[in-house]
Amino acid sequence: MDTAYLIETIIKVVVILLIFSALAGIGTYFERKILAFMQRRLGPMYVGPYGLLQVAADGVKLFTKEDIVPTNVVAPIFKIAPVITAATAFMAAAAIPFFPQFTIFGYTVHPIVADVNIGILYILGMMAVGLYGPMLGGMASANKFSLLSAARTAAVFISYEVVSGLAILAPIMMVGSLSLVDFNNYQVGGISHWIVWSQPVAFILFWISAFAETGRTPFHLIANDHEIIDGFGTEYSGMRWGLFFIGEYANMFFISFVIPLIFLGGFGDGSFLGAMGLLAKVAFFFFFFLWTRAAWPDVRPDQLMWLCWKVLMPIAVINVVITGFVMMF
Amino acid sequence: MKMEAFNDRNVADNGYFLVDIEDYPTDGWGKFKRVVKRSFRGELFVGLWVVMREMIRFDIHTVQYPQEKMPIGPRYRAVHQMKRLWESDTERCIGCGLCEKICISDCIRIDTKIDENSRKEVSEYTINLGRCIFCGYCAEVCPELAITHGGEYENASDQREHFILYEDMLTPIDTMKAGKQLEFEGFGSITPHEDERVKKTPLAY
Ligand code: SF4
Ligand code: SF4
Repeated sequence: MDTAYLIETIIKVVVILLIFSALAGIGTYFERKILAFMQRRLGPMYVGPYGLLQVAADGVKLFTKEDIVPTNVVAPIFKIAPVITAATAFMAAAAIPFFPQFTIFGYTVHPIVADVNIGILYILGMMAVGLYGPMLGGMASANKFSLLSAARTAAVFISYEVVSGLAILAPIMMVGSLSLVDFNNYQVGGISHWIVWSQPVAFILFWISAFAETGRTPFHLIANDHEIIDGFGTEYSGMRWGLFFIGEYANMFFISFVIPLIFLGGFGDGSFLGAMGLLAKVAFFFFFFLWTRAAWPDVRPDQLMWLCWKVLMPIAVINVVITGFVMMF
Repeated sequence: MKMEAFNDRNVADNGYFLVDIEDYPTDGWGKFKRVVKRSFRGELFVGLWVVMREMIRFDIHTVQYPQEKMPIGPRYRAVHQMKRLWESDTERCIGCGLCEKICISDCIRIDTKIDENSRKEVSEYTINLGRCIFCGYCAEVCPELAITHGGEYENASDQREHFILYEDMLTPIDTMKAGKQLEFEGFGSITPHEDERVKKTPLAY
């Protein structure tokens, strides 16, 4: 491991951390604006032009708020839980190729921190570990809403994992690799080579489980504000709560990268156009997260479990079996 | 608009009908059919389309409050006003004290004295807006249409006792001279078209 590699990796890590922390903030701005427009409101308007500095105001508020650790909580776990959510979200990003490789000052940069050969497994695993944040935070807090939220997290946990894992299995069988770079190279031949055409069912299943994984609206039951206050976040304040927040939004962005990379051709042949195409796809998937939040109702935890175990999992299994047969003959 | 639609309590034969809701399926096959039907009827996409349509239309209903305000009705009961007579520009209040008497939250305080012309004159008149519930009884009871409600609703205060004085409520004399005094149309005021509706006192019997 030479020094240049080390420096390059550290720079990449710092860049990803900075960009996605900032994006998480800007993501909240877009979320508020788009939800507002869809509900015929204006959204934030007062801080800065068109409310653009609202993010900064929120940041100042979160950073300067007192960090309260309430009585009766299990303090060590309570303190570490938000870190789990935020850290695992960013750790998952290590195996995501955000851009095609490019050359700068005669030095070829691979915009992926670590092209590990179990990439997709690692990403899914890390994102799953992220759910320990809400679960531990909820259980460490001393109120019933947080506890309910922790129980719901466990329910989400055991439901979506099966679906996302089985759904992704069929494309993995086709590509024969777990690295997202290989996924991208498999689909390099243009739109007709996208995996979504041969695996539409897997694509939809994975998309659905992405909603469960990030806890977004149809499955927004972990921190369901209108039922259980803020769930696991009820007793959190200041930057600890902010870490949960950054983790959630960073997760949304990362999963928005993963879906196009697996199913929709990723950055294609690696040209500038392909990279922009990837960004457009990511923007669409992120927008879809907000869109569904404006349009769809939430399901109950038992309905989510019913959906995942009784409907989506059998479909996923059938999909895997059919894919296997097609590949065999 | 006709009032019959509101006064007729016999709703049964007025176009009301029972919505035809199917019974919920009880057996497994029925439930399965319902799931399939709901999954493929595309209702989720209707929801997506509705919000997307509203976003494209961009028909924003937000009122940016401190800069923009909604017009409020002339009958709105906000901070009180004291009116002047149109004929002589003098104050309408005769100091009868009825408003003080009727006020259910006991927030009007009035003091009167005999002035040099031996007429009753209001010397003190305050309303504790912190206690006032803006019920409008004072405006309704006033025999002279002197105390009325105005449209000024931004009277938040940093203390509970929050008094308004007679001089502040009284129509300023230059507004009066300019003929700009607005009449209150709410409780106790003369309704429009009063002239057509007035009847002779029936003295014939
Ligand atoms: S509005 Fe009601 S509560 Fe207020 S001063 Fe008049 S009578 Fe009293
Ligand atoms: S405001 Fe009206 S009710 Fe009150 S003292 Fe004056 S005349 Fe009488």
